[in-house]
Amino acid sequence: MGSDRSGATVMGVPLLNASGCLDALAAPEVARTLDIFVTKTITPSPRRGNPPVRIAETEHGMLNSIGLQGPGLDNFVDHQLARLSALGTELWVSIGGFSADDFAVSCARLDEEDAVTAFELNLSCPNVEEAPETAAALVAAARGATRKPLYAKLSPAQWDIAASARAVVAEGADGLSLVNTIRGLALDEGLRPRLARAVGGYSGPALKPIALACVHACASAVDVPIVGMGGVATGLDALELVAVGASSVALGTVLFADPAAAGRIRDELATEAARRGFDDPLDARGRSVVGSE
Amino acid sequence: MRRERLRVVGNESVGPYVLVRLERGRLRPGTPGQFFMLEAPGRVLPRPFSLCLAPSGELGFLVDPIGPGTRAIAALAPGETIAVAGPYGRGWDLAVERPLLVGGGIGVAPLPYLSEQLGGAPAVLGFRTAHHAQAAALVPNAEVVLEPTLVTEALPDDPGDVLACGPEPMLDAIATLVPGAQLAHEAPMACGYGACYGCVVGRDGAYVRLCLEGPVLCASGGEQGRTGPAPTMEATP
Repeated sequence: MGSDRSGATVMGVPLLNASGCLDALAAPEVARTLDIFVTKTITPSPRRGNPPVRIAETEHGMLNSIGLQGPGLDNFVDHQLARLSALGTELWVSIGGFSADDFAVSCARLDEEDAVTAFELNLSCPNVEEAPETAAALVAAARGATRKPLYAKLSPAQWDIAASARAVVAEGADGLSLVNTIRGLALDEGLRPRLARAVGGYSGPALKPIALACVHACASAVDVPIVGMGGVATGLDALELVAVGASSVALGTVLFADPAAAGRIRDELATEAARRGFDDPLDARGRSVVGSE
Repeated sequence: MRRERLRVVGNESVGPYVLVRLERGRLRPGTPGQFFMLEAPGRVLPRPFSLCLAPSGELGFLVDPIGPGTRAIAALAPGETIAVAGPYGRGWDLAVERPLLVGGGIGVAPLPYLSEQLGGAPAVLGFRTAHHAQAAALVPNAEVVLEPTLVTEALPDDPGDVLACGPEPMLDAIATLVPGAQLAHEAPMACGYGACYGCVVGRDGAYVRLCLEGPVLCASGGEQGRTGPAPTMEATP
């Protein structure tokens, strides 16, 4: 059992979509199966995205190279926000950009919107050039622009993710989203890259052990809510992320294969938790963190 | 959206291709050119297939087993079940006066169902080899050409209303000859319902999702909505 920011008691582990893995306007009935809908990353200006080929399945996951295709902040506010707020789920907006100012501009603009309950800061898209500033600097810029909760989405591709977690929390992040995809590459039979941009973000089942390690490391380092994600396909996968410290769980690649995954995973999660003696799956939170009781 | 586990009732070779027939369940066959996402056993992602045949109580898909996903689907035996979702996307606009069906290779897959809906309209089909051309038997009233002859060389001077599916170079050539043609495209696709942004094609200077705006697009571009009904999203199963 946990509590949301208003202090209300909520049973179970909230389920979200991973940003960029669901278009709630194209599939509202899928979005309504989630507790929280997270938008595809919004950047200040519209972005065309990367040229196709953009996706490639591999043996144990998939690569994507979408490149933050999106309508830009103005179009998002003018044409999408009202319809998203009518969905009936909690709404988080994923914020992206290429400078601290980009993050500040978007957070300030959306800070006025009551429908938006939190921001997820995409500090780690594998398909665009690295932001020139550090994750902590971007969080600080966003923090100065909004009082809404900020979740920092971190890349698993770093030597000491716990240090990053401490840094972003010190700058005002209220929570963490762990993990983004990790950069990967696949070749075709002629040994040419299968994606037009060669590299892409690797997701799916292969990401799960990496996500577990990252959540485990960060849960030991900071005491904030953690959205766990990476290769979740079953309720047991979700329970494992909770056990290493996640307080909610996001579904990504599994939604592509199974639009009804949230309902199934919620049921499986309750069953798997009960089998292990937990009345509420959230009671398992942190059980696997080294040093915890 | 509608998604069900369907039982395989038939698996037959058609030249190098495999016609996989499934019980229809409660899924609608949809408009010709619309597509379904079929679970590929053992793989992370499902695969998109347009409907090939819609015999009573069944859905038939023509599979070219060229990769691990299509091979897994082509290997399904009667009695096995897979998850199937659809129909998705926009199919062909069937309100045409003089339809001519044009297909190349595995692109003939949606033409049998299209032909049925259009009362056996004439067709021009192109294949690499006579072995591949066995699939022409699924399409009535078809003229068949083999490489090196191209389907565009077999088109009549006044082709009428062209409804085509095939490899992109073939579709490009048809678009040049017949700007009003309705072309069914193909793209790698993770989800089929607008979630992944993987299947985009360039259209009027932007990337649009083929799963929502297509897979059938007008060759001359711009005329979104010309080709069949908009995708419908039904109640979650």
